[in-house]
Amino acid sequence: MRVALFITCVNDTLFPGTGKATVTLLRRLGVDVAFPRAQTCCGQMHVNTGYREEGVRLARHFAEVFGGYDAVVVPSGSCGAMVREQYPRLAPAATEEVVPKVYELSEFLIDVLGVTDVGAYYPHRVTYHPTCHSLRGLHLGDRPLRLLRNVRGLELVPLPGAEECCGFGGTFAVKNPAISAAMCADKVGNVMATGAQVLCAADNSCLMHIGGTLTRQKTGVKIMHLAEILAATEATEDAPAAATIERSAP
Amino acid sequence: MNARDQILARIRGAVTGAPDVEVPRDYRGATGPGPGAGTAEPRLIDLLAERLRDYRAIVHVVPEAEIASVVREALARRAAARLVVPDGLPSAWLRPPEGEAVPYETVPYETVRDDPELSAGDLDRVDGVITGCAAAIAETGTIVLDAGPGQGRRALTLLPDYHLCVVRADQVVAGVPDAVAVLVAERPLTWISGPSATSDIELDRVEGVHGPRTLEVVIST
Amino acid sequence: MSRTFLGMPGRALERGFPANAAAAVRDSQLRFNLRKATRTIRGKRASVVAELPDWEGLRQAGKSIKDHTLRNLDRYLLQLEGAVTAAGGHVHWARDADEANRIVAGLVKATGETEVVKVKSMATQEIGLNEALAAEGVTAYETDLAELIVQLGDDWPSHILVPAIHRNRAEIREIFRKRMGEWGRPAPEDLTDDPRALAEAARLHLRERFLSTKVAISGANFMIAETGTLVVLESEGNGRMCLTLPRTLISVVGIEKILPTWRDLEVFLQLLPRSSTGERMNPYTSTWTGATEGQEFHLVLLDNGRTDVLADEVGRQALRCIRCSACLNVCPVYERAGGHAYGSVYPGPIGAILTPQLRGMGSELDRSLPYASSLCGACYEVCPVAIDIPEVLVDLRAKARHPRAERLGMAAAGWIFNRPERLALAQRAGGRLRRFVPKRLPGPMSAWTDTRDIPDIPRESFRDWWDRTGGGQTGTEPRDGAAR
Repeated sequence: MRVALFITCVNDTLFPGTGKATVTLLRRLGVDVAFPRAQTCCGQMHVNTGYREEGVRLARHFAEVFGGYDAVVVPSGSCGAMVREQYPRLAPAATEEVVPKVYELSEFLIDVLGVTDVGAYYPHRVTYHPTCHSLRGLHLGDRPLRLLRNVRGLELVPLPGAEECCGFGGTFAVKNPAISAAMCADKVGNVMATGAQVLCAADNSCLMHIGGTLTRQKTGVKIMHLAEILAATEATEDAPAAATIERSAP
Repeated sequence: MNARDQILARIRGAVTGAPDVEVPRDYRGATGPGPGAGTAEPRLIDLLAERLRDYRAIVHVVPEAEIASVVREALARRAAARLVVPDGLPSAWLRPPEGEAVPYETVPYETVRDDPELSAGDLDRVDGVITGCAAAIAETGTIVLDAGPGQGRRALTLLPDYHLCVVRADQVVAGVPDAVAVLVAERPLTWISGPSATSDIELDRVEGVHGPRTLEVVIST
Repeated sequence: MSRTFLGMPGRALERGFPANAAAAVRDSQLRFNLRKATRTIRGKRASVVAELPDWEGLRQAGKSIKDHTLRNLDRYLLQLEGAVTAAGGHVHWARDADEANRIVAGLVKATGETEVVKVKSMATQEIGLNEALAAEGVTAYETDLAELIVQLGDDWPSHILVPAIHRNRAEIREIFRKRMGEWGRPAPEDLTDDPRALAEAARLHLRERFLSTKVAISGANFMIAETGTLVVLESEGNGRMCLTLPRTLISVVGIEKILPTWRDLEVFLQLLPRSSTGERMNPYTSTWTGATEGQEFHLVLLDNGRTDVLADEVGRQALRCIRCSACLNVCPVYERAGGHAYGSVYPGPIGAILTPQLRGMGSELDRSLPYASSLCGACYEVCPVAIDIPEVLVDLRAKARHPRAERLGMAAAGWIFNRPERLALAQRAGGRLRRFVPKRLPGPMSAWTDTRDIPDIPRESFRDWWDRTGGGQTGTEPRDGAAR
């Protein structure tokens, strides 16, 4: 099986640790993942802000880049949902072949590889935010939770109001900052109520938003992408430089 | 062009070329026994009673022979002195069978007929109304009136503050599709699920606004 | 698109949604009221929906019945007209708000009456009927408890189902005490803020009005083409009062409210109450066909922009809406912004797609409405007729005029994303400049850094790391970011 990684532009540029963790994790599970260099962006920002033509162009580009692979793994719920939900409307003919082969990371692990225990070790108190596009777009259900429950040492605490939006919404956060901040304040309040040390999600854009508030408020709660926790082992826990240090910087 | 023709023309222009759709009906349709089709299962009667009580109706489930005595007790509890009785209401519901201790003549309330038609003011001053119904829906706790015999026109069950409704077991259907199937569209229908209520203040449900504030239902088995 | 009037003048129209919403967010009483109310109803809806094993089947049937009806709307309207007329009713057609108001005012004046009682109706609110009647010397009395609160308080509705959702019990008590006397029977001296006492005050205030008023005006939840039957769902009994007691009944109904057959009610009488008030069934549903029990009956069929919506391939699904308000109750944006911020009688997610379509996107407010959503999808999930509100929002965004700076920014981003080399160059530039990025950004991006930190920009992008290390197979890990 030829497997490609769609890193997403946000992860590529701002959260390379998530990409490295995804590669580490997949290799550990015996998947030789390719990184097609021509990939750029799924077009979500353009389309959701009202710039459809750019989006159509990027959708076609995506199809060209990933067309030859058997599976495309994307460590982002919202970019995954963009491809699966919106490409069929934006560029149906060009993307109909590639769309069904696109998997969010937890889907790929559970549905394709059939793995729920990825051999991870992460001895911390973690709460999980399901994110809207993972939950209601991709219908990931409890897949990420099943993976997290099998991480040794990890104490998973339920997040109150988990299914509620954090208020990121791409350019929504900038166009409607008051509402966005109010939504995030409630999300942060719920995170703090869990007493978790780490907030985990399958989407770095939401984590960037909530995490930006968590650090502004000096809460000390770290944000971690699902891939980073699943990639962690006893070795990384002893020397946490590789995957986690970018996030722990104050 | 007049308004009618212009709106119709706009519609035709708007939907030209749009595909039509088939309607899938993958839901529980009308299956249960309809009124007159025999006695409803005890399960449905229990469900109806439970759902009516959920919405704060007072409910009695009694054998048919006991309707009159339950009605009499209910009216006495309510201290209802003047009761509207629509034409066609089975007299046995008000008159105890021969040989019972209390003869009909001594019932502690006065019955009022809607003939000649009572004014809204008249109806506002009576203590209650007793009716039958056209159907009752177990799953939703709903009784449906169709202004037929024993039910009267719609105002009779609206202005009095107390509505006592007798439901025969064979009128109980399982769900909404069963009721829609047995009801006649052309009749004026009133679907009643519990007493008048509002959720307009802080979305908290409060029973009792303009319609009857007390709904009492006697289901006969 | 035409400039369709949607019954909401005032301050909310003068600025965009973000400014309206920002003001609302600062109103802590409003926030508290909305939060409490929407969370109560959310829970109730979820539990009664979960009771039905065939909810999704009903939802798909509801969606398809509406789509089929809209596709054949001309035919079903004619069938309805025939059935209503055959049953002794009179049917009128109104292209817009003005025409509908003129028809209704003419019908009322023909009776010689100067007072009408009203059942809560979105259509008559949409066309501003009360104000139009007042201009003709006719007083319209709202009889729904929440509408009464809004009318007595000289206020605007902020929710489709519960127009006074922004008011709590203490505020309602004050409105009743101060204003009831001006409109009729005053509130009792010892009125408390117990919802039961408030409901009782409304009962007493309206009782005499119901018994004496000769003309009523309503909307309808459904119209059955096959039989000419109209259907109104309600809770309090004010609807029954208005539909039953007056001699003349005038119903103003949007043309999209039609259902082909009587049987179709079996779907919608399950979908609507559970989605709307979170009840298995609302306390009262009335159905009537033409002139009933000696009444004179007039049906006014209202277009008012609906045929424009119908012409839009994506947007027309908004016409499936049965006004249940489940999307409002579950929306995190509505919960914090409140209904007035939307500047329309249709607030919340459905308002954000309906208002710009009915009214056009000429004003700053109407252009901002498609952006009044984080696209979280909760509205679509609860919609009983499966209106894909996020899809329509995104479609409307593509049709909206965009600010110049944003256009330039998006064009630049598009230019970069079109070539991976450009993206790599941009990332490297960002990596080099990472130390100079301030904690607080200027211009529009300050909206982000007012409440949030921006993430640290890594020295090396993922793609550069992949190139340098062969995907982590060779080379050593840089201590990326550790220096910060």
